[in-house]
Amino acid sequence: MAKEVDIAVVGAGPAGLMAAIEGARAGAKVLVVDENSSPGGQLFKQIHKFFGSREHRAGIRGFSIGEELLDEAQKLGVEISLDTICWGIFPGPELALLRNDTDFTCRAERIIIATGASENALAFPGWTLPGVMGAGAAQTMINVHRVLPGQKVLMVGSGNVGLIVTYQLLQAGARVAMIVEAMLEIGGYGVHAGKIRRAGVPIRTRHTIISCQGENSVTSATIGRLDEKGQVISGSEETLDVDMVCLAVGLTPMAELLFTLKADFKYVPALGGQLPCHDEDMETSIEGIYVAGDVAGVEEASTAMEEGCLAGLACAESLGLLDSLQAGAEKQKVKKRLQALRSGPFGEHRQDAKEILTREGLIK
Amino acid sequence: MVRIKDHPILGALEETQEITIFVDGKPVLARAGEPIASALAAQGIRVFRNTANRKEPRGLFCAIGRCTDCMMTVNGIPNIRTCITPVREGMQVETQDGLGRWLNDG
Repeated sequence: MAKEVDIAVVGAGPAGLMAAIEGARAGAKVLVVDENSSPGGQLFKQIHKFFGSREHRAGIRGFSIGEELLDEAQKLGVEISLDTICWGIFPGPELALLRNDTDFTCRAERIIIATGASENALAFPGWTLPGVMGAGAAQTMINVHRVLPGQKVLMVGSGNVGLIVTYQLLQAGARVAMIVEAMLEIGGYGVHAGKIRRAGVPIRTRHTIISCQGENSVTSATIGRLDEKGQVISGSEETLDVDMVCLAVGLTPMAELLFTLKADFKYVPALGGQLPCHDEDMETSIEGIYVAGDVAGVEEASTAMEEGCLAGLACAESLGLLDSLQAGAEKQKVKKRLQALRSGPFGEHRQDAKEILTREGLIK
Repeated sequence: MVRIKDHPILGALEETQEITIFVDGKPVLARAGEPIASALAAQGIRVFRNTANRKEPRGLFCAIGRCTDCMMTVNGIPNIRTCITPVREGMQVETQDGLGRWLNDG
């Protein structure tokens, strides 16, 4: 079984869906593949209201945004193939796909890789014990499967993921003993941190987890204060009565497909590590292969959607479905919105880091 | 036990069909459509397997099918990612020892 489409998108999260929508709106035949059994990526786990301005869907909860995108994609005739793993991209370009143990391929004029990112782990004595998990894993369990995998939680990391999941754990009925943050300052937005502090959860900066204990699963965790060199200050250790430790220590782009394609990469720590270089239109060093969302640098769902939009427009333009004047104007609007998302004290460093990536991407 | 029945944003837990799976031979009630891992977590079951060499317990870690920490033997097939495998009526789920053994030796 071989398919043929104008644009194939790998990943049905916020970036992939937006890319598909923009492509289809311009008249392209679009296929989206996703290895999960339901679409939306991590959007349906986000029960909080989004930030920014109205054009960034501020004030709308993540899962509602997911429903809006799916609805739109469906109206435009986008095909979404779930439980479908893209295990390789071959000359053609052709996607090698696997669904329910059946192999098939799909030839695509343009490919947009929007595979997202996965959570980082943190190694310390006891980190492999059941009860230690990613903050996103806890979020999946409570918001999607409606199960609390623990009652008393220590959250490690105070970025937006750590803060938001802490609040969602409280909403789900868990007790969060504390958030520890190794840096000098809280990583995420002040609004989220404020809500958590008002709920009575202490956030300890310059503190980290040292170990966790338990026979078959976590029954306690030990934290400590760090000195200027990042070493635990002797005597500062404290043991907490918790049965769950959540790790919110960053994400790593899932760029395996681009590694196999030998795309140009650059190490940009501010955006999550090894990243595929891309130009302002999200095209990688390989002609016809585009990226969008966290795989192109870990940011937020709002930026992921805008990048998807940009990639979709650029693909449609290069396929001749949009004239360059029209496409240029549309892309300019998206770029302006992206710039707004990457401004201010929390966004500026991402803008700078992105510029490094795109500068490298332009050297072809 | 630790099901989130009422939620300030998501509302009351929707009624779904209840099905029975067997965990190490014991019947466990699960919600139709949910993954094995959440059915187990709802019963407070946390150890899903023991490692091959050091016999250390492992359980749920990423919940999105990436890390393979939650592997168990399901219907005689070892190394099944329980966090992304939905429950089925009468499913036999076993705590896995090391890399597990195939029930029918392939």
